[in-house]
Amino acid sequence: MNQQQQNLFRFLVALGDDSVVLSHRLSEWCSNGPYLEEDIALGNVALDYIGRARMFYQYACEVEGKGRTEDDIAYFRNEREYTNLLIHELPINDFAFTMVRQFFVDVFYCEYLKQLMNSSDETIAAIAAKAVKESRYHLKRSEPWIRQLAEGTDESLRRIKDALLELENFVGELFLMSDWEQSLVEQGIAVDRAKLQKDWDAYVQKFLGESNVHFPDSQLQIRGGREGIHTEHLGHMLSEMQYIQRTMPGLQW
Amino acid sequence: MNDNIIPTLNPVFAKRKAYREGSEHKPIWDLLDSVFDPELPGLTIWDLGILQDVRLIDGEWQIDVTPTYSGCPAVETINADVKAALKAAGYDKVKVNLVLSPAWSTEMMSPVGKAHLKSINIAPPHEEDRVQCPVCDSSNTKVVSQFGSTACKALYQCNDCFENFDYFKHF
Repeated sequence: MNQQQQNLFRFLVALGDDSVVLSHRLSEWCSNGPYLEEDIALGNVALDYIGRARMFYQYACEVEGKGRTEDDIAYFRNEREYTNLLIHELPINDFAFTMVRQFFVDVFYCEYLKQLMNSSDETIAAIAAKAVKESRYHLKRSEPWIRQLAEGTDESLRRIKDALLELENFVGELFLMSDWEQSLVEQGIAVDRAKLQKDWDAYVQKFLGESNVHFPDSQLQIRGGREGIHTEHLGHMLSEMQYIQRTMPGLQW
Repeated sequence: MNDNIIPTLNPVFAKRKAYREGSEHKPIWDLLDSVFDPELPGLTIWDLGILQDVRLIDGEWQIDVTPTYSGCPAVETINADVKAALKAAGYDKVKVNLVLSPAWSTEMMSPVGKAHLKSINIAPPHEEDRVQCPVCDSSNTKVVSQFGSTACKALYQCNDCFENFDYFKHF
């Protein structure tokens, strides 16, 4: 692979990592949801993200050209080789936390994927076109939940506020650009994340403001996911996610 | 017959229909009408709108299928069913391609497909998500959950006859 292909490969794996990690977190709600319909809904959102991860990984393997498959990428890399942004890997915590995180990434992906549809890379544009429709639907579900919890009881409001406090330091990383991603932007392949932050802030502040909830502007930004530096949580998650493939490599259902 | 009603097909499906009718591989398209979506009994992959193209390249049949939702687990079964249906008719060299573009939408569904959904008590997709109860046809319905038994459906309840039903989401 030349430098350009390496950057593309890195980009595709990173987007796949974001999706597979969030997907696994959401799937942890399976059989633990607050009630049956929500349990199923969270599982379905997880399914959309795993589909997204597969598309990015499959294309990454094609670019790499070494005959690896999406399973090799997902199941046989260690924590330090995963390059997902940290917000995706945080534990599911309580239902309010899961929904606030989902609301944050839904707002982000609706805009990010919309712009990624203009990618000069046809496959990336096609994946974005498919995924953006799913994210718009996810947002239609996460927004009423945030409203309902924020305007519900003292207890549900407290949980929303706790979730906001917990997440505020992880939001900034969504908008961080690295040199290699910047070079893909210049080739018309990737999207400049930094330019999305202002609108994201405005949208989220306005939405939460309607329920009289304030989202604090954090100065502290925790970063490192794209370089493989993770929170303590990812390793534990991967050990569970990868256990069967690591124990019996090549196992098929 | 009411002369004031102009029969229309939505343009997306009309284009698909014209493409199929203009194809030189009519027998293959027809054979594939025996392949059903595994999670929607009786709905063919053509009526669902995911069968996109049939081509013959270097002696190999290339069947293009587009997934409804990116994580839809039915995709693998459909691939196997397509191959089995063609093999049974004597076509051995078959490749099923998963194509992402154009992205599937409910506009690609056939009118027959939508009517079939209703007949099995699934409310067919509606442009403005105006959901009609498949049992009593009332539009007085409410959403119970945005996701139902599969990724492509939502759960609804009729406020008039109280039937719980699946709604095939407009997408």
